[in-house]
This record gives sequence, structure tokens and C-alpha cells, in this order.
Amino acid sequence: MKLLSKVYNFLVFGFLYAPIAVMIVYSFNSEKSRTNFGSFSFRWYQELFNDDIILKSLYVSLLVAVLSALAATLIGTLAAVGIDSMKAPLKRAYLMVNNIPVVNPDIVTAVSMMILFVFVITRINGLNMGFGTLLIAHITFNIPYVILSVLPKLRGMNSNIYDAALDLGCPPLKSFMKVVVPEILPGIITGFIMAFTLSLDDFVISYFNSGSTAQTLPVTIYSMTKRPYSPKINALSTLLFISVMLLLVVVNIRQSAGVKKDKKTIKKEVR
Amino acid sequence: MTNNHIIDLKNISVSLGGEQILKNMNLYINDKEFITLLGPSGCGKTTTLRIIGGFLEPDEGDVIFGGKRVNGVPPHKRRVNTIFQRYALFPHLNVFENVAFGLRIKKLPEKEIRQTVDEMLKLVNLSGFDKRNVNSLSGGQQQRVAIARALAVNPKVLLLDEPLGALDLKLRKDMQVELKNIQQRLGITFIYVTHDQEEALSMSDTIVVMDGGVIQQIGSPLDIYNEPKNAFVADFIGESNIVDGVMVRDFCAEFAGSRFECLDKGFSEREAVDIVIRPEDVDVVPTEKGMLSGVVTSVTFKGVHFEIIVDVRGFKWMIQTTDYEAVGNVIGLRIEPDAIHVMKKSVYSGRYGDYSSFSDEIDMLSDTSYEEESVPDE
Repeated sequence: MKLLSKVYNFLVFGFLYAPIAVMIVYSFNSEKSRTNFGSFSFRWYQELFNDDIILKSLYVSLLVAVLSALAATLIGTLAAVGIDSMKAPLKRAYLMVNNIPVVNPDIVTAVSMMILFVFVITRINGLNMGFGTLLIAHITFNIPYVILSVLPKLRGMNSNIYDAALDLGCPPLKSFMKVVVPEILPGIITGFIMAFTLSLDDFVISYFNSGSTAQTLPVTIYSMTKRPYSPKINALSTLLFISVMLLLVVVNIRQSAGVKKDKKTIKKEVR
Repeated sequence: MTNNHIIDLKNISVSLGGEQILKNMNLYINDKEFITLLGPSGCGKTTTLRIIGGFLEPDEGDVIFGGKRVNGVPPHKRRVNTIFQRYALFPHLNVFENVAFGLRIKKLPEKEIRQTVDEMLKLVNLSGFDKRNVNSLSGGQQQRVAIARALAVNPKVLLLDEPLGALDLKLRKDMQVELKNIQQRLGITFIYVTHDQEEALSMSDTIVVMDGGVIQQIGSPLDIYNEPKNAFVADFIGESNIVDGVMVRDFCAEFAGSRFECLDKGFSEREAVDIVIRPEDVDVVPTEKGMLSGVVTSVTFKGVHFEIIVDVRGFKWMIQTTDYEAVGNVIGLRIEPDAIHVMKKSVYSGRYGDYSSFSDEIDMLSDTSYEEESVPDE
């Protein structure tokens, strides 16, 4: 029985990670073949970094991820503060509205946004699908995730501490920055990292909303697969996989540290 | 300022969520006074505190601070500071930075800040705790940090919202003494909110008894205890036997089927009244020497005394006595004229002061439900 569960475990992780492992291995292949492994080399990595199209789309991807994550974090945090201070029925309504984009299929979000952009663009001269529309789309789909990661921190906070700061002579905005923000900062950072990763990861929404001038990396890779196959994709995907992995590890460490801290304070209160 | 009032509340009314919390409240608070707002949860005492602190604007009425109307002045511009329920320390700052918070806002020089914080920590017996994380402190220590933090900014008035509610009994008693000492040493006004009548009696210069958003009585602890204005106050402060009676004439009251000499006057002839007799003011005597007689129905040992319930013609009296009386004994009761307090009839008449349902079990049950009720008040 024990053996069986081990085999089962092995199979699950095998199926999950085998493709990625193969991809990583072949990214170091010196030949173009997908079946023969010649020798270990960085050839495809070299070619990758000489490919202007890929580098440009990487730049677009990173830029849009950073900017959209920043904007979404700011808007989402403020929204969370607002929602947190609402009365119960209104709060529930807002949370539901907030959750719809999260569960909504990406393709629906993508197409509906595209239709909206096209609707606006055809009515105003000089506007075009491009980096602007891409950024707006990314900010929009990132906001709910930021709200979801900040709200629990607000709920767990002693709401009197804001009053206490006011009470000690601190003006409202300063009180918020000095007392509330440090308390919910872990949630804000987690929200930012999540928004950044989701934005980097996104294909469907970018595909429909970027136009031809501002293609993100996933969109570029997709168009590359339609042309004769190049192992550059392997190298690129490997790099992407490792970056996202690192980010995930950071998020997880942060979260588990937060849980430990919460447990400690709970214990103290019981005592 | 012609008078000594530091705070005047004039005709204050507040409604929250369609419910009237305070009804046309008038209250003045003298400078350097220790005043306690006392009442059950939901009586409006915390709301009163929030109005003084500036966290809540009254629907009607004026808040006057040091002779100036301060309606609409935000909390950070008022020279009052609050000790919040459950302390509300800043968890991301250590003890020193918590206490220094208000001083840093004022942009005082670092040397002055250090000096004041040291002074404050010494005042609350927390010297040497500067670098400690506030989450690692015990409840009592956190309480002290909260006090030091509020006092550091040198307020004219300190508002305390059930500050000792979360502490255990022993610690609470120590902190009561300490708070009173601090108040007297610094000579600032304390406005203290509690539902614990014992706390109120032992600390206050003045007690304001509230119920249902209305002030029931204002007076010194002695006045409140000895001369309660109505059945609510008599029942809420200490134990009371409250019986229906009639003022036959000045200095003579009739209740429980007998006439008694008393010290009260100024009622109309044969006016129906409420009579309060404290359990410790009734003497147990042999039946033939008693003014009243009754049967002992329950006895509880309380340490210093026995608490016995005596059935006198169907009305259950509580009596505290140092002599043991067995259940079923017939005993005589003697009531001196100064033990009798006569009150005008009020809306509270007949609702309190009978111990017929009294037993320790029921008392405990009502205590717990009381604690739970006090949560929304926070």
C-alpha cells in the first residue's frame, strides 16, 4: 500500500513535470533536433539574446507587468480599504462584483475588453490598439487579486489603531500611511507579486488587446510556434519558468511566515 | 472661563443606525476631576466618550472644550487623548516608538523625545522595556504602554474606555490604584468608562450613572451609593432591597406592613414611594425584638459575611450578616432610621430589588450574558 502510494505520487509529479524537464534539457541541446540530443551548449540562449523581436517583446512584457502591478496594487489597496469599511450587505455585494472577473473565463474578459476598446477607438481619431490598451487591460484584470490579498489583512487589524493615531495628533492621511499601511504591507506586497506574475503569465488577454505594436512575450512565442520550430523557444520558456518559480517561492515563504506570526499572536491572546 | 468646567456637553443627542443612543444629554466636567461614566452595555457611555474624543459628531447639541465649541474639530486637533479598549498599540513599533509616536508627530527634538518617553515609561513602571516588541508584552504591560503613549503628548483630558476590562481581577485592582495615583500626580482630568460599579466607586470623584442614553444620576460615590435617585441606580450600584412603600408623613415611612421612622422628608402625604435598604444595613435579631420577621430561605457564604435571603410576607430580602442562620430559621429584622432611603417612583419602579429569583446560579448566568452583550458596545 505504501509502495503503491509512492508510485502514484511519482506518476502524478512525473506527468506534471516531465514536459518541463524535457523542455529544459532540450534548451541546452547543441542541435536543432527535437529528438537527438547532441551535446550540452548555450547555443539557443545565445541566439535568443540576439533576437530583437523576442527581446522587444520581453521588454514589453516586463514593462507592462511592472506598471500594471504597480497601478493595480495602488488602486486595489485603496479599494480594499473602502470595501473593508462598508456595512455588511454592501460589502458582500462589492466582494461578489470583485470576484466575478476572477472566476470569469479569460477569453470572455479578453474579448469583451477588446470590443470595448474597438468601440472607443473607432469613435476617437488618433487612437490605436497598442501598449495603452494592453496596460489598461492588465491593470483591470489584476485589481481583483490585489483586493483579495489585502482585505484579509485589513480584517485582521485592530481597527482602533487608526483612531489611536488620530488621537495622538496625527492627521488622517498620515495616520493611514504610518499605522494602517505597515499593518497591511504583507498583503500589499503579496498582491503586487501576484499581479506581476499574472500579468507576465497572461496570454489570452494580451493576445486580444495588444494590437500589432506591443506584443508581449507569450504572444510572440505563440506566433513563433506557427513558423518553423526554433529551440530558442525552449531556452526562452526555461528562463520564464525559472523566474516564475522564484517569484512563487518568495510568495510562499512570505505567506507561511505570516501564518506563523499570526499563530504566535493568537497564542499570546489566549494566554 | 468663569467656571471650572473643562468640558461641557449641552443637549447632546445621537442616533446610530436609526437607534437613539443619547437623548438630550447635559453634562459638565470639572478640570482635574476623575469622573466615571457608569452603566450597562448599550447605555451610551462609550458613545459619550467618542463624542468628546471627536470620533463621532452629535446630531444635536454642543461640545464645549475649555470654553470653546469644538463640534466638527477632528480628533487629531483636540487636546484629549484616549486609552482604547484592547489598547490599540501599534504592532509594528516597539515600546519606545509607540510611546514616542505622538511626540514624533509634533516634530520635537530627538533628545526631548527620549527624555519624555523615559519619564513616561518610568511613570508606568516599564523602565527598560524600550526595545521590546509590544506583542510580546502581557495584557497589563500593554495597558501600561497605552497609558504612557497617551500621557506622553501631555493631554488636558484623558479618556479611558473600559481600560481594565481585559485584565484579570488581581491585576485590575492593582491598576485601579495605579491609575488613580497617576491621575492625582499629573493633575489631569480623567473621564473613565466602565460597567463595573466597584471600579467606579473606588476610583472616582464623580460618578455619572447612565441607562438608555439618559443620565440617571450624577454625584460622588458616597451620594450615589447612599442616596440613589431611582430603583435603577439603587440596583446597579451594589445590592439593594427595593420595596414599595408609602410616606405617611415626614420622617415616617410605611412598608412591609409596618411603620418605620426614617430621615427623609419633603414628600406629599401618603405618596407612594420606593424604599431602598442595603443588605448590610439590616440587623438580624431575635424574633421578638425585630421590627419585621421572616423565614430564611437560602444562605451563601461570601467570605467576610453570609448572604441570606429572608422571606418577609412574600417579599424576598437579601441580608448580609456575619452570624450564620440555618435555612428555615425564623428571624427578626431591625432597620435603623438612617438605613432607610426613600425614592420617588420612577419608570424603573418594580423592576428591581426583589431577590425572589435569586440564586448564585442565575447570577452567574446573567453575568456571562452581560459580558457578551458588551461586545457590540466596543
